[in-house]
Amino acid sequence: MSASTHGGTAGSVLVDYDDAVRRYDPVIGIEVHVELGTATKMFDAAPTEFGADPNTQVTPVSLGLPGALPVLNRTAVESAIKIGLALNCQIAELCRFARKNYFYPDVPKNFQTSQYDEPIAFDGYLDVELADGTVVRVEIERAHMEEDAGKNTHVGGATGRIHGAEYSLVDYNRAGIPLVEIVTRPITGMGDRAPEVARAYVQTLRDIFRGLGVSEARMERGNVRADVNLSLRPTPDAPLGTRTETKNVNSFRSVERAVRYEISRQAGVLDAGGTVIQETRHWHEDTGVTTSGRVKSDAEDYRYFPEPDLVPVAPSRAWVEEIRATLPEAPVARRRRLQTEWGYADAEMRDVVNAGAIELIEATVAAGAAPAAARKWWMGELARTANTEGVELADLPVTPEQIGQLQGLVDSGRINDKLARQVLAGVLAGEGSPEEVVTARGLEVVSDDGALLAAVDDALAAQPDVADKIRGGNLGPVGAIIGAVMKATRGQADAARVRELVLERVGQG
Amino acid sequence: MAGRHLAGEDATGAATGSTGDLTRMSAAALAEALAAGTLTSVEVTQAHLDRIDAVEGSLHAFLHVAHDEALATARDVDARRAAGEPLHALAGVPIAVKDVVVTKGMPTTAGSRILEGWVPPYDATLVERLRAAGMPILGKTNMDEFAMGSSTEHSAYGNTHNPWDLDRIPGGSGGGSAAAVGGFEAPLAIGTDTGGSIRQPAAVTGTVGVKPTYGGVSRYGLIALASSLDQAGPVTRTVLDSALLHEVIGGHDRRDSTSLPEPVGPLVESALRGRTGDLTGVRVGVVTELNGEGYQPGVRARFDESLDVLRGAGAEIVEVSCPHFEYALAAYYLILPSEASSNLAKFDGMRFGLRVEPTDGPVTAERVMAATRGQGFGDEVKRRIILGTYALSAGYYDAYYGSAQKVRTLVQRDFTAAFERADVLVSPTAPTTAFRLGEKLDDPMAMYLNDVATIPANLAGVPGMSLPNGLSDDGLPVGFQILAPARADERLYRVGAALEALLEAQWGGPLLDRAPELPTSAAAATTTAAEGSVR
Repeated sequence: MSASTHGGTAGSVLVDYDDAVRRYDPVIGIEVHVELGTATKMFDAAPTEFGADPNTQVTPVSLGLPGALPVLNRTAVESAIKIGLALNCQIAELCRFARKNYFYPDVPKNFQTSQYDEPIAFDGYLDVELADGTVVRVEIERAHMEEDAGKNTHVGGATGRIHGAEYSLVDYNRAGIPLVEIVTRPITGMGDRAPEVARAYVQTLRDIFRGLGVSEARMERGNVRADVNLSLRPTPDAPLGTRTETKNVNSFRSVERAVRYEISRQAGVLDAGGTVIQETRHWHEDTGVTTSGRVKSDAEDYRYFPEPDLVPVAPSRAWVEEIRATLPEAPVARRRRLQTEWGYADAEMRDVVNAGAIELIEATVAAGAAPAAARKWWMGELARTANTEGVELADLPVTPEQIGQLQGLVDSGRINDKLARQVLAGVLAGEGSPEEVVTARGLEVVSDDGALLAAVDDALAAQPDVADKIRGGNLGPVGAIIGAVMKATRGQADAARVRELVLERVGQG
Repeated sequence: MAGRHLAGEDATGAATGSTGDLTRMSAAALAEALAAGTLTSVEVTQAHLDRIDAVEGSLHAFLHVAHDEALATARDVDARRAAGEPLHALAGVPIAVKDVVVTKGMPTTAGSRILEGWVPPYDATLVERLRAAGMPILGKTNMDEFAMGSSTEHSAYGNTHNPWDLDRIPGGSGGGSAAAVGGFEAPLAIGTDTGGSIRQPAAVTGTVGVKPTYGGVSRYGLIALASSLDQAGPVTRTVLDSALLHEVIGGHDRRDSTSLPEPVGPLVESALRGRTGDLTGVRVGVVTELNGEGYQPGVRARFDESLDVLRGAGAEIVEVSCPHFEYALAAYYLILPSEASSNLAKFDGMRFGLRVEPTDGPVTAERVMAATRGQGFGDEVKRRIILGTYALSAGYYDAYYGSAQKVRTLVQRDFTAAFERADVLVSPTAPTTAFRLGEKLDDPMAMYLNDVATIPANLAGVPGMSLPNGLSDDGLPVGFQILAPARADERLYRVGAALEALLEAQWGGPLLDRAPELPTSAAAATTTAAEGSVR
């Protein structure tokens, strides 16, 4: 046996990512903590305002003073139920909190009040759409409620980490902030797309938190934090390998990078004949690597037991249904519904989603435009304009209602497509509503046959040789006459009607 | 409460009794005199502070005496009364509070070195209610460290002595509150009862102690020993006084999730009704398992005599069996240490109280915590933390904590079945009278057995009362325990007041009238301790 069998990372090298995923099957598991945006803490009347001076958002309860007792925040439970329902979970009819006992200065009671074997929500799933439109179903094991810890600041060391620090400061403002932790089942079969799936999953969760209004879900404030578990196995049939847990990966990009890095690193360890150590790892945003944290072992014993200071949570079915009725539609389901309603092809819908135009088109359709027309505007003329000006579609100075009106003018025949583009230019230039621009610029289609006939006659007279050809049955050059009429009427003529009149005049109608 | 005649002949009798001293008056009698304007709260409070100064050297019931604050409250109440403000029935009646209850601005140690010098920044809910009622707080009473013990010998601040015999324990953990009330230092006190810490001290000091239904009195501000068992309650000299105090501190508190939603029942009314001595139609269940082996003959004799008294009052005495009570003590000594090991984790030197930095090696948070807890906790506390940590550990949880919870359910079922046959259950409160200081200190199991009759009520959350049941053959007080179904605390008061009235009629006055006079100089304590019993 070589020394490397009890290995670890030491001595092994990173394996090229593509090579690693060719030879190993990655399995991921993601734990996401979201801080709920409640006005007060999980078990306590202390306020939750972000960025307050240290240790000002505290009461005897959040400081864990002797004698203080927790009282559960109803809004936090409601938020947890919303999240559970949005993740297609079962909601427990009765569940309890538990104490997770461990000594650490940022945990004021030296136990965290959490849920252990009785989560509020369990057995759900979330459909996650990747950039190419593939939808992946991520199975949710559970979502449970718990309280956040305080925050340590280590002072005097070079790295801001505890090692080498002269002293540490603890801010308990965050202690007791309500969290919901969402745990996936192992996500298998993703192959080389595992990092992308991890990212898309966290991103979709973030969208859900915002859509539900349960959290501001600001990654940069740590409102949403992901712990990424990863293991490799030689083939999809093999038993699960030893996993590492990379903690506090706090941006979408980092989630993807951390998974990628761990795949390369673990492949290197395995290639070298070593074994992956079950441990917590730290993600370094700056260098893009993970480093070993504490080793997780069976010796770690939190001595969980039911929290005797809290009564069980028993959300009535009526309350759960009341909450369910208020839920917004799930992102993927909503896209599917709209695609069907609108009759878009897959590729068309994907482009709409990627352009962030789904809400704009939805509102345009609501304003009366046909889905195809709405798409044509937003993905055509408007997309080009936004692209040229370097802004998002939604930031253009035109509303979906205005596009709806514009299309209405086209549909009623008052303007044609060419005129409509001019009207839109006027709207974008701030000249008012489409109706106002039509009036101000005098862009209405000329539908008076008398005026058109005069223009047709003028055009035929101006190009006698062309007129003769047409009279002779050669309809090819008719476009030249139409073009001349359109030019004469500054584009305000209905081209189809002009054609009819031309043919009528030369006796071919 | 105004207009209700509380004191009656018995209490006024006590007021004009042998000493003529206001410290011997019941709280009800004091309340009447204060309401009538024949006494002021300053007079009453000062009399008790004087008594404390005189006998504390003998008893050591207090860890902190709040002379100035108590008198300030008394003056305030007198001024408000003079101004014609409507006041609570107990306004101006002073009270002592067990040191496990946090009091804003007043040191609170729970009898532990680890909280030495800590001054809480907030009041327990029950303390807020005492203050709102205008009751001067005389001080904080001694106790076994973190309420772990049955003798108050585990206090980090020295023993409390039994007023009946200074060589004997006053019970525990609330020995300080019981001795303060039994020694006439306070007419009323607050105790806490996790396995008998109100009732057993009441029994061995000849006082009345009530453990309300779990959730009946807010635990917010009680330094937790075992959250699912702890309950605060009254320590008094009469059943009526307990009812009066219970009505002040009881009732829902939104800061305690386990607090019962409903208001306290008609406790004072039940006590007044009970004093008529008529218990016709009341079914009294004698618990077979709480009245046999291990009980002193004198304890059993007094108990049997009281059953005759109850029978004479019209009660129907029935025998009930609670077969699982046999396992209650074992279950209790798993549940209590388990919860305590977690509740006491917060005492780590990081945020409040004692902080010990290791003298050698690095000063890390972990090492400060270890040093602080090593020096700050006494042996009994460490013993129970170790027991609880073990019982909750992975691989042992099911066998210990899990099994204990099952026993708890069985004990609850025993109660449910028993209360189908009886309106109240009765037993001796403690198997023996007060033992000598030091006698059981080295034998934890012997100490734990003191609570064998009181523990089932805590496991089931039902209310219990101990009231004086005469003297045993050794001349020391014996307690009579009454248990009622959860949320039926008023039954304790009716039956308790009836038995009290009938027994006092036999005795010719309160049992405490027979207690020896205490030496009243500060030097006396050391002398008597050296000489032995003062009786």
